[in-house]
Amino acid sequence: MATTDMDLLRFATAGSVDDGKSTLIGRLLLDSKAIFEDQLEAVEATSVSKGYDYTDLALLTDGLRSEREQGITIDVAYRYFATPSRKFIIADTPGHVQYTRNMVTGASTADLGLVLVDARQGLTEQSRRHAVILSLLRVPHLVLAVNKMDLVDFDQEVFDKIHREFTQFATKLNVPDLEVIPISALQGDNVVNRSEHMPWYSGPTLMHHLEHVHVASDRDLIDARFPVQFVVRPKSDEFHDYRGYAGQVAGGILKPGDEIVVLPSGMTSKISKIDLFDKEITEAFPPMSVTVHLEDDVDVSRGDMIARVNNAPTPSQDIDAMVCWMTNTPLQPRQKLAIKHTTRTGRALVKDIAYRLDVNTLHRDQETKELGVNEIGRVTLRTTVPLLVDPYSKNRTTGSFILIDEATGVTVGAGMING
Amino acid sequence: MQGAAWHDARVTQTQSDYRLSQLDQLEAESIHIFREVAAEFEKPVLMFSGGKDSIVMLRLAEKAFYPAKIPFSILQVDTGLDFPEVMETRDRWVARLGVNLVVASIDDAIKNGIIPDAAKISRNRLQIPTLLNAIEENGFTAAFGGGRRDEEKARAKERVYSHRDEFGQWDPKNQRPELWSLYNGRLHEGEHMRIFPISNWTELDVWDYIGREGIEIPDIYFSHQRRVFERDGMLMSETPLNPLRDGEVVSERTVRFRTCGDITLTGCVESTASTIDEIIDEVAVARKTERGATRGDDRFSEAAMEDRKKEGYF
Ligand SMILES: Nc1nc2c(ncn2[C@@H]2O[C@H](COP(=O)(O)OP(=O)(O)OP(=O)(O)O)[C@@H](O)[C@H]2O)c(=O)[nH]1
Ligand SMILES: [Mg+2]
Repeated sequence: MATTDMDLLRFATAGSVDDGKSTLIGRLLLDSKAIFEDQLEAVEATSVSKGYDYTDLALLTDGLRSEREQGITIDVAYRYFATPSRKFIIADTPGHVQYTRNMVTGASTADLGLVLVDARQGLTEQSRRHAVILSLLRVPHLVLAVNKMDLVDFDQEVFDKIHREFTQFATKLNVPDLEVIPISALQGDNVVNRSEHMPWYSGPTLMHHLEHVHVASDRDLIDARFPVQFVVRPKSDEFHDYRGYAGQVAGGILKPGDEIVVLPSGMTSKISKIDLFDKEITEAFPPMSVTVHLEDDVDVSRGDMIARVNNAPTPSQDIDAMVCWMTNTPLQPRQKLAIKHTTRTGRALVKDIAYRLDVNTLHRDQETKELGVNEIGRVTLRTTVPLLVDPYSKNRTTGSFILIDEATGVTVGAGMING
Repeated sequence: MQGAAWHDARVTQTQSDYRLSQLDQLEAESIHIFREVAAEFEKPVLMFSGGKDSIVMLRLAEKAFYPAKIPFSILQVDTGLDFPEVMETRDRWVARLGVNLVVASIDDAIKNGIIPDAAKISRNRLQIPTLLNAIEENGFTAAFGGGRRDEEKARAKERVYSHRDEFGQWDPKNQRPELWSLYNGRLHEGEHMRIFPISNWTELDVWDYIGREGIEIPDIYFSHQRRVFERDGMLMSETPLNPLRDGEVVSERTVRFRTCGDITLTGCVESTASTIDEIIDEVAVARKTERGATRGDDRFSEAAMEDRKKEGYF
């Protein structure tokens, strides 16, 4: 049972506090036999000593002392498990609004977002906020899990109502693929095993869906993008003239012989060869980390981007993006920040905040000229260096950036470029 | 030459569907991290324990910069309680890659008065001030560690770039957001970053990779005869460094190690697995985590790892 030829699905949980995200992950791991004896024993012992009536499966992921004390998730926990065909990387994120930045952290790399809703409560502001964030992040697959069905007598009407309400909300969002599943994370209904309590539901179990959701088509194999990370220049006699540009392919397929342009300089050349460690390869595609060689001795350094002559991003110092703001001091016009986009860093000046998005109604509030913590809005920036950008909708790597507070060094904003 | 054969296979295979297996995706992600750090930090260092995870890190670093040498040093905290087989493997790797090795020894740190000579404090805990002192003294700004998120519940919470304040401490309740693969390496004077390039690898991935790459790891990971005794439900090596307590009896058993740590705290498991494939089969059906099964240092309390990490542990 080698893992060498499995594929990979990264998914993140989302939803309000106490909707059962961590419990669900615990249940998923337990019922797919991915929990080790010593882990389960530890969690059972803690549950007993805290006087709980049942084993609290959330303790399997809530690993920090404060999380266990408060019974909530504070930061993302990453968990791993595999079935014969697929490896899963799970990011179990916090529901509490105060820790939205950690939810964004977990969701930014996800292929699938798993939004939980408490069947008794229906959609809350926080479930909507998380759905909006997942759609802005362009997480290509969404699952709405209506949880705690055991507490509403497994009633189909309750499920249908939430299903309708969410589908209606989702039409306003960018949700290419949605599956809605009634579950009980605590009791295991429709998680790995089909529920006996909901004969009216004929769709897949959560596990079945996770194993079969089609993720291959989510990559861009057309537009070649290669941000240069590092110039490899061995100072050795054997490799005296070696000069390679190391990086991770962000889009498209690169081949020896391709006519390329180096940005922002605009110099052109041809790819002479591509190295993967000590082997030459004939093609490189996302997300391979390779070393590219050019025929001509053009000036290339970290922060530059290699693209095809007839298909290259436009260098730009004026950036229009949706920004998710993640710190207590609000984002305001005229503010200066550091910006990191692919392997390029510079400074950015906030020119304007066009609007703030109301996550409940999706109304665009143009009056408030600032973004508070956990708020999302459309922002224009002027940068000190040209960035080599694509719309985020085309490429999640070349379309994203982070904003850094220059005084504290902390990451304070996540940006997704419009266009 | 398992590694070379595999590369050939991949080039032809991927031409058809442009997909990378999950292990190749993990490798690509780790190499990306190594290159980011080498490009953005003034003085990185790779913390090397000699165990399988740090050997996988070395292999990834080798690949990230090839044919140039790894552009940073390797740091080892010498507890004086390391397995001799591990030290021999370390020396062969260092010689083959031609990297600079910095050894921070607990004994020297005690001798030089950098850390207190307290018999009551375990060597495991003394690693922390020794490590932090070595980082400070050498001016290292980033230290790669082989921690994996699947190992332990506190590690499962840690970022790839994990910020340490000027006391070397981790603040788990206040970690920086980490989005996409855009890592933020900003530091203030005296702070450093711990970097975990194999965060997303599982124990099984590590074994698959070692097998696929055909790289050397210490012999103690493979089944062998060893004189052992039972302590706290674990099988410990007989060694003068770890005197027997009342009632403990030594016997010879067929064992192997799942992790390599301090010889006085790291237990082994009974096993006949003598090849990588046999180890992979064993790991795939194991019912206990590697640390829970064989690491005395993690057993002290429920939050033992979190507490040590807060202080600056690996
Ligand atoms: N009856 C019932 N209780 C559930 C179910 N799922 C979760 N719970 C309970 O709901 C409470 C909250 O569960 P958690 O899993 O910690 O919720 P969470 O969504 O991870 O919360 P945060 O991470 O803090 O946002 C716990 O007491 C669970 O036992 C369910 O399906 N049925
Ligand atoms: Mg939780």
